[in-house]
Amino acid sequence: MKTDEPGVPGPEPAVAAAEPAAAALAVAGGEIGRASLWDDAWRDLRRRWVFWASAVFLALVAVMAAVPRLFTSKGVNEGCDPNSAKLGPSGGHWFGTDLAGCDYYAHVVHGARPTLLIGVAVTLFAFAIALVFGMLAGYYGGLLDALVARITDVFFGLPFVLGATVILVAFPSHGVGAMTLVLVLLGWTTMIRIMRGQVISVRDADYVQAARLLGASDARIMARHILPNALAPVIVVATLNVGNVIAGEATLDFLGVGLQYPQVSWGLQLNQAKDAFVDHPHLLVFPAVLLSATVLSFLMLGDAVRDALDPKLR
Amino acid sequence: MWRYVLRRLLQAVPVFIGTTLLIYAMVFALPGDPIQALAGDKPIPENVLQTLRERYNLNDPLLVQYGKYMWGLLQGNLGENYTGQKVSEMLSGRWTVTAQLAVTAWLFELALGLLLGVWAGLRRGRLADTLVLGGTTLLIAVPVFVLGYTAQILLGLHWKVFPTAGTDDGWPMSYLLPGMVLGSLGLSYVARLTRTSLAENLRADYVRTANAKGLSRARVVGRHALRNSLIPVVTYLGVDFGSLMGGAVVTEGIFNLPGIGQQVFQSIQLKEGPVVVGAVTVLVLIFLLVNLLVDLLYGFLDPRIRYE
Amino acid sequence: MTTDLGKDGAPLLAVDDLHVRFDVRGQDVRAVNGLSYTLAEGETVAILGESGSGKSVAAQAVMGILDTPPARIARGSVRLRGEELLGLPERRRRAYRGDRISMIFQDALTALNPVFTVGDQIREMYQVHRGMRRKEATAKAVELMERVRIPSAARRLGDHPHQFSGGMRQRIMIAMALALEPDVLIADEPTTALDVTVQAQIMRLLAALQDELRMGMVLITHDLGVVAGVADRIVVMYAGSVAERAPARELYARPAHPYTRGLLASVPRLDRRGAPLVPIKGAPPNPAALPPGCAFAPRCPRAEALCSAEPPPLVTVAPGHESACHFAPEVHGAAAE
Repeated sequence: MKTDEPGVPGPEPAVAAAEPAAAALAVAGGEIGRASLWDDAWRDLRRRWVFWASAVFLALVAVMAAVPRLFTSKGVNEGCDPNSAKLGPSGGHWFGTDLAGCDYYAHVVHGARPTLLIGVAVTLFAFAIALVFGMLAGYYGGLLDALVARITDVFFGLPFVLGATVILVAFPSHGVGAMTLVLVLLGWTTMIRIMRGQVISVRDADYVQAARLLGASDARIMARHILPNALAPVIVVATLNVGNVIAGEATLDFLGVGLQYPQVSWGLQLNQAKDAFVDHPHLLVFPAVLLSATVLSFLMLGDAVRDALDPKLR
Repeated sequence: MWRYVLRRLLQAVPVFIGTTLLIYAMVFALPGDPIQALAGDKPIPENVLQTLRERYNLNDPLLVQYGKYMWGLLQGNLGENYTGQKVSEMLSGRWTVTAQLAVTAWLFELALGLLLGVWAGLRRGRLADTLVLGGTTLLIAVPVFVLGYTAQILLGLHWKVFPTAGTDDGWPMSYLLPGMVLGSLGLSYVARLTRTSLAENLRADYVRTANAKGLSRARVVGRHALRNSLIPVVTYLGVDFGSLMGGAVVTEGIFNLPGIGQQVFQSIQLKEGPVVVGAVTVLVLIFLLVNLLVDLLYGFLDPRIRYE
Repeated sequence: MTTDLGKDGAPLLAVDDLHVRFDVRGQDVRAVNGLSYTLAEGETVAILGESGSGKSVAAQAVMGILDTPPARIARGSVRLRGEELLGLPERRRRAYRGDRISMIFQDALTALNPVFTVGDQIREMYQVHRGMRRKEATAKAVELMERVRIPSAARRLGDHPHQFSGGMRQRIMIAMALALEPDVLIADEPTTALDVTVQAQIMRLLAALQDELRMGMVLITHDLGVVAGVADRIVVMYAGSVAERAPARELYARPAHPYTRGLLASVPRLDRRGAPLVPIKGAPPNPAALPPGCAFAPRCPRAEALCSAEPPPLVTVAPGHESACHFAPEVHGAAAE
């Protein structure tokens, strides 16, 4: 149904009434609008099974990463017996044993931490960069904006896996910190582009103009009026991004340029066992299923949040 | 139109320089001896290291090093490995394999992706739509190497639908399975983009006009709505070429296809850092070039862009 | 004019008791509730109403371009020279669209396809409906663009819509709609998106072409100013129903519905200089939950208990002048003073 036609022209509001009207507009745009958007989104989200399924699974993986001892009594590379290598799943070893005869279940549990840590850390750093620089560039425009845009273009010109491969081959360290650094370097561009676009589209909105008219400072306008209204799409992309980073990191581990033995991660486990997949498929199945399910959960969570935040896409 | 082409070419120059400088700086300007770092923990004789240091001009200032390196690169000099073999020679016979794989994957993701996207876009909110959305999310979530091994074991070894590995059966047979694995990620994005974009365009005012003109449904969808929906898809195809080449490293490794990607894959395992750097830098350059071409094509597809 | 004239004496276009409903997430939204009007050759009927009054939906129902679902034509009939259009097979219906009954839209920038040249879009009419070849269609398109007074038409054929000014774009829209010399033109807010000076040019152009082609025109608008000069008869819509129906002069002079009176009082008029402008209080009702009685009652200054209990019938207050108000004769009488 069409609702966008202008109504029957009413009388113009008197000029004297402009200021209170502007104040009301600023409040409506900055605060009431925000509250109801997130409230509505949450009410909508609560009703989706996809949201709950992914949230519950991710909570499980998070606990696994935080306190692996809850799931297994064995430490990393502990109690390995080379004589019982490559055993299939059994009562003693739920997920079987790996090439070195270590309990595969314990390894899969311990693999959650670096995987999740890198995925979340990379996204948080990229999110922070996007928030600060995307906001400043979008709000002030001009030289700063041009500079940010050009630098973004350069980093965007580097494909994720290829870029990370070439950098990591020469990188002096391959720990969780180093991986996070390299992946932030290659992955910060998506969110800042969206943030900047959002800020530019919100910057000239009536309620922002109104706030400016009332004498609000730049900092206050950015924090109270622009940020809340520009944030939604960035949060959606951030959620999806965690999944993508985890998949990318696992690929680098698998290629052999990521985390190195004796560290443990799902990608690394798959790398070490890759020549034995054909005869011992359990070595492929368990880490792969957990890895894929974790990525899938982040993607579904992001999709659900997007649908909840943007009703017109339904 | 020519102004658009010219502007786009000029814009590409800083990106080109910035990207290659970035790679160069990350590889050769980090603290420590880059030549030793490239070898990892592999023992390299001191005289070989010394030769390489000279080869990469590591005693010059960074920008001079970079300049000399790029100059060599543009002349086809991709560096040497630790035994003095030229990287460009190691790669020379491998380009056709990678090209065949990339074309197979591209055709696959474009054809099937568009088909699924249009199908879902026309039936938004119904079963077909849900199936396409769910299926593509799943494909995106499974990392390409997991998908590769799974497909190889199930479709190649168990059910023998496709050759397991190698290029003995030639194109297209040997390239079908690796091509599908490689194209699966792109396929998912193409399908989702097409679906969303088509569904949006079907609600556009100009589609209502097309209906009011008395055009058939096929013409309204196939000519008016689809043409507009293809614009974001084409843009994506350029970006996707980058992940396609990253994926080629994995896929050629798994399916034992003797292409550029396999060389990179093996060189990583053998800790032949200089080979990896040389080969991947070329791939990045190709990516930038393809992206430029796609952007120019975009100008033809969307007339609004040309006159900005 | 086309050959089958239908039953003798049948009006060019007759819309009778049209009801359109939307299924919006399980809610039954009544967008149009019993719209009726007739249109004769060369005549202009204006459908006047604010946004959400159902006037655009009604027009799209007449054209047959509503998305069904979610829309549904629940009842009513649309006859073109006596031939019932509702329920015609889609192929027949499609052949009429653009050929015998055409439509132009509010915002030509979005209503024209951005990726095709205007030449492509005008030619398409001849190629699809008349099976013309490209060359022949091009010649017709140039002729047509000259007819709607686009300067250097032949050269501009290869331009895209965004390269034209707003007024020129609307002319292209008009050219496209009139390509096949239709019997009926539905103009949905044809000038709303334009500057005032350009508005007048477009309305004059439409009037001239209407005379030339002896077309009937349905002019849909919310703008009393646009209606004043061109409409022969006016249908005022409120919340999906007809509030009042009268010849244009009669409606302006003696409105017989409080809503129409409110509309006239809320815009400045040259003939009432110095009179205060009075806005209509409140907002139109939610079409998903229309009040049981008169839809205008909650905003009506003279509503009584009867109004919110019973929907008012259309009553004739003067020849050709009907009003859906329980107090129509009184309102009509009062307006004469």
